[in-house]
Amino acid sequence: MAQPFRLPSGGRVDRATPIRFTFDGRTIEGFAGDTVASALLANGVHLVGRSFKYHRPRGILTHGSDEPSALLQVDRGPGKIDPNNRATVVEARNGLATTSLNRWPSLGFDVGAVNDLLSPVFVAGFYYKTFMWPRSFWDKVYEPVIRAAAGLGVAPQVPDADAYANRHAHCDVLVVGGGPAGLAAALAAAKTGKRVILADEQPEFGGSLLHETGASIDGQSAEAWRAAAIEELDGYESVTLLPRTTAFGYYNHNHVALTERVTDHRESPAKGAPRERLWQVRAAEVVLATGAHERPLVFADNDRPGVMLAESVRVFINRYGVAPGRRIVFVTSGASAYAAAADAKAAGLEVVMVDLRPERDCASEAADLRLMGVEVLTGQTVIGTKGRKRVAGLVVAPCANGTVGARRVIACDCVGMSGGWTPAVHLFSQSRGKLAYDEGRDAFLPGVSAQAERSAGAAAGVYDLASCLATGFAAGAEAAGATETRAFAASPTRIGFTPVRDLPTDADPAKVRAFVDFQNDVTAKDLKLAMREGFESIEHVKRYTTTGMATDQGKTSNMNALGIVSKALNRPLPAIGTTTFRPPYTPVTFGALVGPARDALFDPIRATPIHEWAAEHGAAFENVALWRRAWYFAKPGEDMHAAVVRECRAVREGVGLFDASTLGKIEVVGPDAAEFMNRMYVNPWTKLGVGRCRYGLMLKEDGYILDDGVVARMAEDRFHVTTTTGGAPRVMNHMEDYLQTEWPDLDVFLTSTTEQWAVIAVQGPKARDVIAPLVSGIDLSNEAFPHMSVREGAICGAPCRLFRVSFTGDLGYEINVPADYGRAVWEAVFAAGEPYGITPYGTETMHVLRAEKGYIIVGQETDGTVTPDDVGLAGMIAKAKKDFVGKRSLARPDVVASGRKQLVGLATETASLVLDEGAQIVADPNQPIPMKMLGHVTSSYFSANCGRSIALALVADGRALMGRTLHVTTPTGFAPATVCDPVFFDAEGGRIHA
Amino acid sequence: MLLIDCPFCGTRPETEFRCGGEAHIARPADPSALDDGAWAEHLFVRSNPRGLHAERWVHAHGCGRWFNAVRDTFTDRFVETYKAGEQPSHPIDDARA
Amino acid sequence: MLDRSLFARRDRPLGAAPTSNDRARVSPAPAGVRLSLRVRGAEGLSRLGLGLAINRMSAEGERFSARLGPNEWLLGAGEADLEALEAEIEAALGDRFHSVVDVSHRNVGLEISGPDAAAALNAGCPLDLGDAAFPAGSATRTLLGKAEIVLLRPTAEPLYRVECWRSFAPYVHAFLVEAARTA
Repeated sequence: MAQPFRLPSGGRVDRATPIRFTFDGRTIEGFAGDTVASALLANGVHLVGRSFKYHRPRGILTHGSDEPSALLQVDRGPGKIDPNNRATVVEARNGLATTSLNRWPSLGFDVGAVNDLLSPVFVAGFYYKTFMWPRSFWDKVYEPVIRAAAGLGVAPQVPDADAYANRHAHCDVLVVGGGPAGLAAALAAAKTGKRVILADEQPEFGGSLLHETGASIDGQSAEAWRAAAIEELDGYESVTLLPRTTAFGYYNHNHVALTERVTDHRESPAKGAPRERLWQVRAAEVVLATGAHERPLVFADNDRPGVMLAESVRVFINRYGVAPGRRIVFVTSGASAYAAAADAKAAGLEVVMVDLRPERDCASEAADLRLMGVEVLTGQTVIGTKGRKRVAGLVVAPCANGTVGARRVIACDCVGMSGGWTPAVHLFSQSRGKLAYDEGRDAFLPGVSAQAERSAGAAAGVYDLASCLATGFAAGAEAAGATETRAFAASPTRIGFTPVRDLPTDADPAKVRAFVDFQNDVTAKDLKLAMREGFESIEHVKRYTTTGMATDQGKTSNMNALGIVSKALNRPLPAIGTTTFRPPYTPVTFGALVGPARDALFDPIRATPIHEWAAEHGAAFENVALWRRAWYFAKPGEDMHAAVVRECRAVREGVGLFDASTLGKIEVVGPDAAEFMNRMYVNPWTKLGVGRCRYGLMLKEDGYILDDGVVARMAEDRFHVTTTTGGAPRVMNHMEDYLQTEWPDLDVFLTSTTEQWAVIAVQGPKARDVIAPLVSGIDLSNEAFPHMSVREGAICGAPCRLFRVSFTGDLGYEINVPADYGRAVWEAVFAAGEPYGITPYGTETMHVLRAEKGYIIVGQETDGTVTPDDVGLAGMIAKAKKDFVGKRSLARPDVVASGRKQLVGLATETASLVLDEGAQIVADPNQPIPMKMLGHVTSSYFSANCGRSIALALVADGRALMGRTLHVTTPTGFAPATVCDPVFFDAEGGRIHA
Repeated sequence: MLLIDCPFCGTRPETEFRCGGEAHIARPADPSALDDGAWAEHLFVRSNPRGLHAERWVHAHGCGRWFNAVRDTFTDRFVETYKAGEQPSHPIDDARA
Repeated sequence: MLDRSLFARRDRPLGAAPTSNDRARVSPAPAGVRLSLRVRGAEGLSRLGLGLAINRMSAEGERFSARLGPNEWLLGAGEADLEALEAEIEAALGDRFHSVVDVSHRNVGLEISGPDAAAALNAGCPLDLGDAAFPAGSATRTLLGKAEIVLLRPTAEPLYRVECWRSFAPYVHAFLVEAARTA
């Protein structure tokens, strides 16, 4: 019979819509509305996994996101595989393939279960104690073995096939949790017209009302009240309802992060719909109505499949119409389990109630249950369980004043246990609110808020339904700025419990394994051992034993662990404190955190207007900051070296074409523009004539080179500044900072024009001949338009700023045209240059050509500790200027001291040897180690034009070492190289003025 | 993510801003008049308090204006923001907020 | 005289095809004129939107003026309108110190409209785009994902204009298309 444990009636599942999925290859039938856990239970499947350390058989402990044991790998298709899904929250649907974890070869027969027999070895701190010696085993043996054994589930092998969305949202009131308190809070806040977001991790709002089938509110059934509340909320335009949405992180200034599971529950999701959406909500006020978690009881073999939380038994019966067993024993130290027992009995199941409390403390609820014909034992303890892969009996004994009486085995196929309740204060604690221990409720409750936030309902330790509704309503109203309060009439709730820690037993303590943390296989014994070994801080105990770690973060185990530590140390619980709650509240997929930021949307890829042309003409590209720049243009059959050699020759012998659009550009405008430039750059600007250019060098206040670039004076009050590609934003920020904060009196404005202009560099002896036919309004003759000048005119009919400048040492122009004309002008220049053999070249050739001339590149020859004099540019400094940014630092003792590294050229003895950039330089390769480093190679290329390799280097007192042979590290040893002038080509500099 | 009150644009998310270090350290009018020690002090030495700290911030991805803020370095709370050139209303020499 | 066939034409970085979606439609805006106007102490002036509050805009036809900061305006106009606009600036500001820089080719415009337009923008823009916080006439520089944008809401319609720098346009466009799809 399919679903043998499905009750004949009841539950919220849709019995008209059967669904099928697989579990370890076996087909499981269920109904729409089931979770994987409830469908498994409906089919009598309790064994769903093996535990992490001991590989013990594990079942389903809870019905929600606090589940530590029932973790499954869920396969929704290629690229859609997730490990560590809690069976209790995965909605069952057609097409899911689920697999148990941590077992081999099969769940029923698991080789790793031998660990269970070896459990005396796997004590707390096992890893720290065991894998110490010999040292040679650390990375060869221990690490591979531990890595293979560690972790749960299998990491996906292929890229995630799903899309994930991101949403920033703002609201006046964010209500986290849609149980009775949260619904009431949302109703109260919504009435004020404020923007409200209500989020709940469940597919349906209602929280406990979804299984409190017998409860009533204001004269209606709980279900009717719930439905009316949701209908009312849905009717407000200003309310956003987010089911299947978990608030997992509470950050500064009421910034709360939530994940919405959009499509996992759908068999055929809408096309393009994201799998999950990350909500980053900024709320004026937050109401935390996150409920409470039930505590397991700590007794021997309490991890047997079939042993679950009492309230979870009730949920499976009432909400899913599933019997977790036919003969259920409830064991409790509190009143709430009586409601579960009553509902189980009403569903026609056999029920026995075992109360740990003496009769006098539970007389009223015990009497009520006995009236239903249920046997109730009071004043008991639990010695252990019977069965292996499924519980077959609970061993109990009367216990008074620590004396354990005669044992009795109660046959059963399910145990519902309840050790009381722990408010879910995780988000409150993340918000940096202070927790306060409440002895009456044996719990840490929200104390002083650190942010605009308030807790309500069970999250605040309020368990009674009417009070949950009232505190929720008041919290919602207050959060919305209203003062309204409301009383609710509700059916009474069974509340109150006696805190118990590990249960008394007469069994051999060495053999008792009473689990505290089910996910990490931490027992009460492990905790006590840790304390005997001196770990007394709860944070240390946590790390040593791993209690409270991993995917469930100890939701079910924390209070039990604290209680046991407190008892063992004989210190009150508040003195023990609690471990820090950190985000995320429940596991969050990487996909949700990444959102759309993958592939093309990972980072902006900046391309110039000429980029497509370069791609069409075979360019290889390199990344420079976010830009993609053409690196070299290999012809068929050419490698990079051959292409660069050809490009370098072409520029020196004919003409080359280079896309310099990525250079940063800043328009400096205003009557004080020259004064501002004087203060920002080392150079003098006052006397620079309109239409003239100057190489500008910019320092930080510490005297070190920040950036460089050609600056043109377009008008008395207007400069066209260029910066390095990578330095553009930095220079703009640097200038704005000084302008706004140091010299607000200067009449100057700065505007970034980097992307206004496409820049086409035409370089080489034939450059003038190539552009002449295209340019109008500018006299290109050497006399009228000399090197380092700028003219405004037109090219191909487009307005242009034509610079006669060169970063190659040859005749050259840089054509600045508005960016949308860039490609057209480039193509026109290329066509006009074809008779001259015009050659497009990339950044590699640009680097080689400038190195032949000894021109520095900021960031290559400089590294943030290099002064103008270090790179031979002291001559740029305007001596007459009293001050500029960085000037004072150039007189600092360590800047003027001898021994600073200076820019020199290096000529290797072997002309073909290209040194490594970054290679270290020493005077004597035979000196003892550690050797005295004199400096390092900053640039190194093969120069076809020089017929040999060339290198630039920073060498201590390098300019005094001209002609000396030094030694440079190579992958195989040292190479001798002679110190020379950094200008390797056309030392007289005549070509640039041609 | 913090919220920061730009004196020109109002409250905006932290990602639009950049911090520029300690505020109210004016560049000397004549740096050449400072001896090496005083100049090094100006360049490199900052107060780094635990508690209220006057800082420079720029609304980089907003109005682009530099302004000042008093922030508690322990709680990460912004106590006030004010325009460049103005003084805070909170005495920043005191300890924690 | 240069052969007119060699005259360069404007080549915008984005194709012209809008991306349709019932709830949010993304379309590249046509080329136009953009000027960055900087002026201090414009209080009391009203022409060209100089009297606007910070982060407010006004629009008429293709012309718009958006005040992005205490002394910064982004002015927009149709392609043929550049000279007229420049003349108006000179007339309005005369000898008063100001800076005008043509950024028509630096900026690329996109439009996103439809009932989910704000939600799609909020995929990458952290601002509150609700009607109360970002009503008709709002304009500001902000972020969209990892790109800086200027966000303009000329009217009460759910229609927003996004301007970014040219090389960021493919990213911003692709981001909005993806955001519109998953909003």
